[in-house]
Amino acid sequence: MFKKFSPATDIATHTPLKQSVQRNLRADILAQWAIEPETLEAVWPKKEGLVLVKCREHIAIYTVGAEPLFFQHFDGPYYPTLRFLHKYPYILPQVQVDRGAIRFLLAGAHMMCPGLTSPGGRLPPAEAAIPAERMVAIHAEGKEHAVGVGLTKLSTEEMKAVNKGVGVETACYLGDDLWALATL
Amino acid sequence: MGKKRAQSPPRPAVAEGDGASTSQTVEPPKEPRPPQKVFYCEVCSFPLEYCEFGSSLTKCKEWLKEEHPDLYDKYYSEEALTTKIGTLSLEAQAKLDKEAAKKEAKADAKADAALKKKLASQVTIKRIERTKRKHVTAIHGLEAFSIDLKKAAKQLAGRFATGASVTKNAQGLDEIVVQGDVSDEIFDMLEKGDGVLKGVPIANVEIVEDKKKKAE
Ligand SMILES: [Zn+2]
Repeated sequence: MFKKFSPATDIATHTPLKQSVQRNLRADILAQWAIEPETLEAVWPKKEGLVLVKCREHIAIYTVGAEPLFFQHFDGPYYPTLRFLHKYPYILPQVQVDRGAIRFLLAGAHMMCPGLTSPGGRLPPAEAAIPAERMVAIHAEGKEHAVGVGLTKLSTEEMKAVNKGVGVETACYLGDDLWALATL
Repeated sequence: MGKKRAQSPPRPAVAEGDGASTSQTVEPPKEPRPPQKVFYCEVCSFPLEYCEFGSSLTKCKEWLKEEHPDLYDKYYSEEALTTKIGTLSLEAQAKLDKEAAKKEAKADAKADAALKKKLASQVTIKRIERTKRKHVTAIHGLEAFSIDLKKAAKQLAGRFATGASVTKNAQGLDEIVVQGDVSDEIFDMLEKGDGVLKGVPIANVEIVEDKKKKAE
């Protein structure tokens, strides 16, 4: 999503959001992330304005004090930015790719099932399976911090059974053009 | 990711962690949870553990060894290097190392080329005749020296108490257009590095005349 993304040409408008809109957004995010309202309030205080940065191809980035906190593509889920996820790693369920997959991810590739099911990869056990079309934090073998944020294309149980094709679609990753924008 | 997608329904409020800190989520705390501190590399901006996948590993390592020797040992000691390979075969790791070195060389070459290009970039201050007595001054090439054109235009408008704007010229390149003939003054400002007009070697600046053509 953020490959060849340049703020000079790809950003259309900056709009401060009305309180009523912010309230709805806050409720949506509390439903989509496993984050405590207090913690969300600490990073996005109610009195602090949320700014919607509209970008090309229906990407919307939301910032607080110029720092991107989360983004949305069309009317999909609200993805936390990777820097935000590093601070609060527990807000999304996690999957892990093996070491061999890291460089592909850092080149913007989607994550194939074998990289998630191999000995270096990790998917949750059956009782904690993640359904398809859910946001996940993408972790990497031997690394502490997430390397990307993605969306499951299959349920994690299907990934184990099918074991080919794209398992997790990459939304943003370490070193992409969103990462490069520490402030916006 | 081109097509429209339905919004994900809410998920249960328990994240599948690696057993680190998420065992008791029964009573949500009233106090916000403190953020985890992540140490980012000052060279490549990645978390330290990912420097090896960036394109500046040599510089990252130099910086870390200098600034944080203890962390350097954590990531680059003999032991750390063997454990990080994990489930990857030695051949695969050797290939990875080779690719990392190649990537780094490429990035260095690119940075070199960018610097050369910058040093070779020309800034032109063009005096354009609008009518017999009216002139405007167009400046282009400043962006090659990382000068914010909008800020520069504002500074010039303020300095000369006149209009200044950023526009695209016929070639589609951004230029600053200032009302009036202020080419010599702008040349002086660039020479002094006045305000935001910093970092342009004066040898790279030239003033040109643009007389009104008959055809226009
Ligand atoms: Zn680094």
